[in-house]
Amino acid sequence: METVAEFISSIPYDQIIIQTVNGIVAGMILALVASGLTLIFGIMDVVNFAHGELFMLGAYIGVVVLSATGSFWLALIIAALLIGLLGAALQIVTLRPLLGRDPLTTILATFGISLVLQNYALWQFGPVARKIQEPFTGSFQLFYLEYPWYRLLIAGLSAVIIGALWLFLKRSTYGIWIRATTQDRVMAQAMGIPVPRVHTAVFAIGAGMAAASGVLFGPLVGVNHAMGLDWVLKAFIVVVVGGMGNLGGSIAAAIFISLLESYASIWVSPAQAVIVSFVVLILTLLFRPTGLFVPTPK
Amino acid sequence: MKKPAAKTFRTTYWFGFSVVIVMLAAAPLVLPEFWRRFLTEILIWGLLAMSSDILIGYSGMLSFGHSAFFGLGMYGAAAALLTVSPPNLWLAIGYGLVGAAGAALFVAYFSTRLRDIYFAITTLIFSQIFYVIIFTWTEVTGGQNGLTFRRPALSIPWLYATPFTNETLHWFVLAVVTASYLILRRITQSPFGMVLQSIRENEGRTRAIGYPVERYKMVAVMLSGLFAGLAGVLYAIQNRFAAPDFVYYLVSGETVIFNVMGGIGTLVGPIVGAGFFLLLREAFSRFFAEYYLIPVGIIFIAMVIFLPQGLLGFARGWLNR
Repeated sequence: METVAEFISSIPYDQIIIQTVNGIVAGMILALVASGLTLIFGIMDVVNFAHGELFMLGAYIGVVVLSATGSFWLALIIAALLIGLLGAALQIVTLRPLLGRDPLTTILATFGISLVLQNYALWQFGPVARKIQEPFTGSFQLFYLEYPWYRLLIAGLSAVIIGALWLFLKRSTYGIWIRATTQDRVMAQAMGIPVPRVHTAVFAIGAGMAAASGVLFGPLVGVNHAMGLDWVLKAFIVVVVGGMGNLGGSIAAAIFISLLESYASIWVSPAQAVIVSFVVLILTLLFRPTGLFVPTPK
Repeated sequence: MKKPAAKTFRTTYWFGFSVVIVMLAAAPLVLPEFWRRFLTEILIWGLLAMSSDILIGYSGMLSFGHSAFFGLGMYGAAAALLTVSPPNLWLAIGYGLVGAAGAALFVAYFSTRLRDIYFAITTLIFSQIFYVIIFTWTEVTGGQNGLTFRRPALSIPWLYATPFTNETLHWFVLAVVTASYLILRRITQSPFGMVLQSIRENEGRTRAIGYPVERYKMVAVMLSGLFAGLAGVLYAIQNRFAAPDFVYYLVSGETVIFNVMGGIGTLVGPIVGAGFFLLLREAFSRFFAEYYLIPVGIIFIAMVIFLPQGLLGFARGWLNR
């Protein structure tokens, strides 16, 4: 009894609650990144290696626009639009010629894009991390921490953007075209849906979402040219764990993995906490290779 | 009619092979030191690329995690060279191969359950696991700074030992790479290699015929990992250090680039690709400094789109006869 009570009293409840909040915030951002990735994968069979770089460039555009205009919200919108356009251009130039080839070639092409973009950012903005000023600085008391409201706002905004995406897919004509193309590309084309244009639009939307998450997340960490890889790796894990091409699954997996990483970082350094998500991936592959958050395939 | 044709082919092939080997062997005698070193490095990177060609070109598995095997080979060699004194060349190779084999076993067991894109992503993530471990485990691996050590002597166990000179190092690397090429070529032409190629062409049918596809894939990954580890050992011996940068995914990415540029499924193609890439890097570094990956990346994308067979793709059938 004594030891049990001691154990229970030794659990750092305050830290657990703080890390729960942290985990959910990080999870929502990750969900925003991963939903763009999974959308692109689900519809085009393209693994977008350059997704992290679009995230990073979005954050940089956020930095530039913010310092020019002083408005965070304008920066967010402009970054999403510009990177969306960039995504459309990249898709037309590099991925459209690869349509119908082995999907593996698209990994190669997007890997090439990621190298170019990453080195472009290094060249243009230098190796020193830039900072994005958060739009407001209020905070509330969470145990011994001054917890910034902005973090909760990020989580909320991510949810709103993902919700908007979901509505768009469900209701709008383009959304219906997108879902039809996901189900059967050839049939969709036969029904008169402009499949190449749908592909470009999807890539642009995914890129725009990556850029938006880059700007939203910018205030929490510095913006630098190498920040993309962490995110794209995590997003890959999320997409596999959540079940490839499954939007709801990726969101659940994003929050699940981020929570686990937050809890792990109570005991080990954040660099090592990453391994937790790797372990989740390995276990998923071992026991449920179709993904954790999907119904068991028949 | 068929036999004489095969015979002429064989003569031309081995003639060409010997000419290339003789040229590579003579190179350090004529080339200035900078280019000698450049050539040695091409051979080492070429071995790494060639090892991954077994997966990419012959089994249809795109590995994005070869840096793990390369790096473990490197750190294995470092372990042997730092703990055993005097440093022993063959022990370094042995330790390096054990390290790479351990990593390869781990990666092979988990990732061969998956195909195509999933295989690529999981190998990438596995290599990052090794990267994080090596990067953060400072007491053992030296963390970010890596490890430095002395170069072992070129030795024949219990008989003869002499310090490496620039020429003998080049010849040693050349001998290892040539032997690896011959072994790998023999393997790809063996019944085992044929099964790998049939997995590449049609996995379902190969399984239906009754081949245990997963086991074949695991052996392929192990084999590929061993040769990648050997490349890591050679690199460690050439440069006398091991650093976490070489376990980072960019090295895996470059390995894939070598393969695609040179031509997958040819074994020599990847070596040519490595040479091509390093030459491009050398050329563009003069104008773009450390941003050489911008033009090289664009060239790579263009090659993926317009020249998917790579530089040696036209000779693919010929090289595999």
